[in-house]
Amino acid sequence: MSQPGQDAKFFQRGKIEEFRAELHAAEAKDKKFVKRKTVLKKIVANITMGTDMSPLFPDVVQCLGTPLLEIKKMVYLFLVSYGRSKPDQIHLVIPNFLQDCNDRNPLIRALAIRTMSYIPIPVVTEALSDNLRHALKDRDPYVRKTAAICVAKLYSADPRKAERGGFVELLRDLMLDSNATVVANAVAALSEIGDRQDGVIFKLNLATANKLLAAIPESSEWGQIYILDSLLRYVPERHADAEMMAERIIVQLQHGNSAVILTTIKALLYLMNYMENRQLIDYICKKMGPPLVTLLSSGPEVQYVALRNILLIIQRRPTVLKNDVRVFFCKYNDPIYIKLAKLEIMYRLARAENAKEVLAELQEYASEVDLDFVRKAVRSIGRLAIKVEAAADDCIQALLDLIETKVTYVVQEAVIVIKDIFRRYPGKYEGIIPNLCENIDALDEPEAKASMIWILGQYASIIDNADELLDDLCYTFLEESTEVQLALLTATVKLFVYKSRADKAKELVHKVLKWATEEADNPDLRDRGFMYWRMLAINPTVAGEIVLSEKPPITTDSDRMDRGALDQLLLHTGTLGSVYHKNPETFIRNAAGKALKDSPALNAHSRAVLIPLARTQLPSIAPIVVAGPGPTERSTEPQTQSSSVAPSPPSKTDNDTDLLTQSQPVPTSQNSSSNDQDEAEDDEPPHTRQANNLDPYSNLDNAFGSYLADEPRPMASRRHAEEDDLLF
Amino acid sequence: MISAFFIFNQKGEVLISRLYRTDFKRSIADVFRIQVVSNPDVRSPIITLGSTSFFHVRVNNLYVVAVTKTNANAALVFEFCYRFINICKSYFGKMDEESIKNNFVVVYELVDEINDFGYPQNSEIDTLKTYITTESVVSAIQAPEVSSRITAQATGATSWRRNGDDVKYKKNEAFVDVVEVVNWMGSSKGTNLRADVDGHIQMRAYLSGTPECKFGLNDKLVIDRSTVGLSGPSSGLADRGGSDAVELDDCQFHQCVRLNDFDADRSISFIPPDGEFELMRYRATSNIKLPLRVIPTVTEIGTTKVSYDITLKTTFSPKLSATNIVVRIPTPLNTTDVDVGILGTGKAKYVPAENVIVWKIPRLQGGQECSLSAMAQLTSTTTRQVWARPPIDIDFQVLMFTASGLIVRFLKVFEKSNYHSIKWVRYLTKANGGYQVRVSVFLS
Repeated sequence: MSQPGQDAKFFQRGKIEEFRAELHAAEAKDKKFVKRKTVLKKIVANITMGTDMSPLFPDVVQCLGTPLLEIKKMVYLFLVSYGRSKPDQIHLVIPNFLQDCNDRNPLIRALAIRTMSYIPIPVVTEALSDNLRHALKDRDPYVRKTAAICVAKLYSADPRKAERGGFVELLRDLMLDSNATVVANAVAALSEIGDRQDGVIFKLNLATANKLLAAIPESSEWGQIYILDSLLRYVPERHADAEMMAERIIVQLQHGNSAVILTTIKALLYLMNYMENRQLIDYICKKMGPPLVTLLSSGPEVQYVALRNILLIIQRRPTVLKNDVRVFFCKYNDPIYIKLAKLEIMYRLARAENAKEVLAELQEYASEVDLDFVRKAVRSIGRLAIKVEAAADDCIQALLDLIETKVTYVVQEAVIVIKDIFRRYPGKYEGIIPNLCENIDALDEPEAKASMIWILGQYASIIDNADELLDDLCYTFLEESTEVQLALLTATVKLFVYKSRADKAKELVHKVLKWATEEADNPDLRDRGFMYWRMLAINPTVAGEIVLSEKPPITTDSDRMDRGALDQLLLHTGTLGSVYHKNPETFIRNAAGKALKDSPALNAHSRAVLIPLARTQLPSIAPIVVAGPGPTERSTEPQTQSSSVAPSPPSKTDNDTDLLTQSQPVPTSQNSSSNDQDEAEDDEPPHTRQANNLDPYSNLDNAFGSYLADEPRPMASRRHAEEDDLLF
Repeated sequence: MISAFFIFNQKGEVLISRLYRTDFKRSIADVFRIQVVSNPDVRSPIITLGSTSFFHVRVNNLYVVAVTKTNANAALVFEFCYRFINICKSYFGKMDEESIKNNFVVVYELVDEINDFGYPQNSEIDTLKTYITTESVVSAIQAPEVSSRITAQATGATSWRRNGDDVKYKKNEAFVDVVEVVNWMGSSKGTNLRADVDGHIQMRAYLSGTPECKFGLNDKLVIDRSTVGLSGPSSGLADRGGSDAVELDDCQFHQCVRLNDFDADRSISFIPPDGEFELMRYRATSNIKLPLRVIPTVTEIGTTKVSYDITLKTTFSPKLSATNIVVRIPTPLNTTDVDVGILGTGKAKYVPAENVIVWKIPRLQGGQECSLSAMAQLTSTTTRQVWARPPIDIDFQVLMFTASGLIVRFLKVFEKSNYHSIKWVRYLTKANGGYQVRVSVFLS
């Protein structure tokens, strides 16, 4: 009997007056309420299209008397859309809501409280409060699970009122409900509340955490995610607790839902910080690999999330996927964002054993069409040379082949990485400099140009015509970017140091120094110019020693994120923060930061590198309200920084489940000096770190300049602060 | 969590708009339209502007979009979008602009039901269909007793299956389809760069009551375990057990499968949903039997011609055959025309719009081979265009064949009323878009 819907015709803009008239006409002679249904559909379609239908409020509300669920749902949808903008008329529907709250049908009861809680204005919440209290204890689990989420809504509308009403305690009691769906929603609601900066702190003790685990097999997949996620609110006091818990959740890695898998992995990674049993840790790492690979058979969006997370996980737990570099080889039709993410992982997993395979792939990618991808592939070849000494020869040959193609952007990338290879292996590959010099004219990007200029300066002693080449490059000195100007300045000084007898070098350095100090606007350039000039004037020999001093060797160590930062980022596995590799509090207003909590079970190394939660916030700015279609809304001020005094939870009842505590222990990072080598896979000794290292990522960008420029990131960083919040 | 949920058509018009939270107004949709729909170069499924993030999934020219202002669980958001798409397909038979517009009221009911305040809720299709229907007759207010049954199911431990008494079939049948997608990347030198199988086992269960099912595969770990008792793991017997057993890299199961049981002894036991569902997914990478071999020879003759010699061989038993074979052979961008000749079966033609020669072979028996030779004429260009030399791609299907070697050993159905059930198993291996061989161009 099922007929396909035929409602597309309702997607036509209509006038308020017409709809009103039609609704009135429908009051008489409306067999089976067909007319009303039709008008309401038109109205809903218009809401969808963005037309303001709020003037119809009193007319639409009239339809609530119709004994047809379909109509009721449409009216409720209308109320969810416009209820907030009609605080003066909302009382018209309260009696209907209240009636529905007491309906015999559990679906109707749940629908009523769900809809009411979507309209966060005092009149409605007032009416909701009592009913919600009943609903939280309703005999029907469907009503209870709906009520649990209603508490979160109530709390977000008015935290203090929800606390005064005792709803948080009621929610906490629901965590022990007999129905797993109810438990999961209660956990979701409590987590939401606990993530608020002004919210009640939500922590789990062992007993409750175990109770929640027991609910997992009976929960829906979403419920499993909420519960697994909440395990990070439990801080193991003993190694054995963490180990036991990990053993219980590890089976979830076989679940078909990628979010269940990633959240399980998040919990496992977290718990591993509190474990001692090396064997178990190895076992867990081994178990995590295959499900992560399987995520790569999901839709491209999930693949993307998985790849960005894998990149973090393999840095922290290098045994994971150690032998699986092949699965990250790019497919020709992978979307570009997946290709770029895979490339990064391929580089991370490259070792002497697989370097040949990886290089062959990278060479293949270097001939593709997407510009970003090709550039990153070329650059990866260079990074591979730097990372894996055994592969350096092959990589250099590959880069030379690429330079042969004369494709400009390929050549530019190649030059940039070759500069670093020279530094990594001094005295080994300088023989290829002539090949580079042939392509000087192809370079038009600052970074490539600067790299080439550096090479010319550094090896001026072995390049016969370095003076001519530099002279050519200097023609456009004043038009160049600062990066290139600085490079030219240094290079000409080096040239002069090498060939101080040559008139040409003297003339050139003089010209450049003059430009730098007299014509340039950039203070860095000017300062550096003066510095060189004075050095050369005072003591040319010493100047030479300084300018050509031995450079610290380039390694790839510095492009690995450091352990403390990783530990912290991995607390956000599977979330937006893990996609951008940024802690959420750094790019999302009012986002809750996370830090590993200290406990006797926390392994010493993790403790030594622990980054305490910085209580920083994005600067608070006035909300920008852009007038758009639709009714105007009460604008809420952004949450101002919460005072350091934690809000006291309402009437602390002292029962066996001590979930909500008042104080949040601030982890102290420097109280342990025991230098246990806790992680075989991370062999650096725990280095002492300043208690407040403000930028844990500071060493990320060093070795490869703007290599990370095409990293995915939130777009705000390029915009004005005022545009930061989209208050539309 | 999710603050808003939208469906856009290709033009950026809003087809469905649902705000779960008050932190956005509907006009946030305009931002998405500007940033993504009208942007020709979208390079990520997630866009973050300020604190606002847009997650989108494309399906049939529609954008399914979730917006959030928190550090949302990205995997969950996308899984939710996928689930929504599946629900729509199941409800309306397809998911496109027409079906969404024609059923928008039901869609609104669904988005209200499967997500509350941004938290995904029960989204099991079988359960949803008991109380959200496309027929308005049924959506008249139900009796409370019926509703209680529904709510018990929606929140229960087996939320995917209706109450046992409600499921009745005259004939109890279960159909199992093992579908393997085989992915292969061959190098131009003929070596395997990668070969793997993404398998999924699709089940259609038409079983009365609340049946308890047990499912067995020739899983190497299970078979090894049972042979270990007979002989040592290193003895010849165990090896023989391993030779026709498959090594699965990973398995993932439908919500209904008891993961604790699988973890204990790798047994797959479950109470199935009624009707069609995906029981499990698996991945295999060892001993992959590639059903088709491709041997390409591509030669550039001067700058005006490229010649192609492509040979296709089937490697499986003559009793089986590959069907719907489509070979796509990329040609340079400045190709003007292609002469094609075929030895064996099939038809081939040059499709200028896509710069490929499409070679279609309706059927190729096991052990056979056929070949194509073609000559592409190129226009002489002054500037050398970058041609990425895309790989040759082959799509095909082989019935009753699994590239991984996986076999269903048994499917046992237990129900207290001791009934008969008939089980059917089919195997299908196919390639779509992931069976490729790279080409290197010889110069002559």
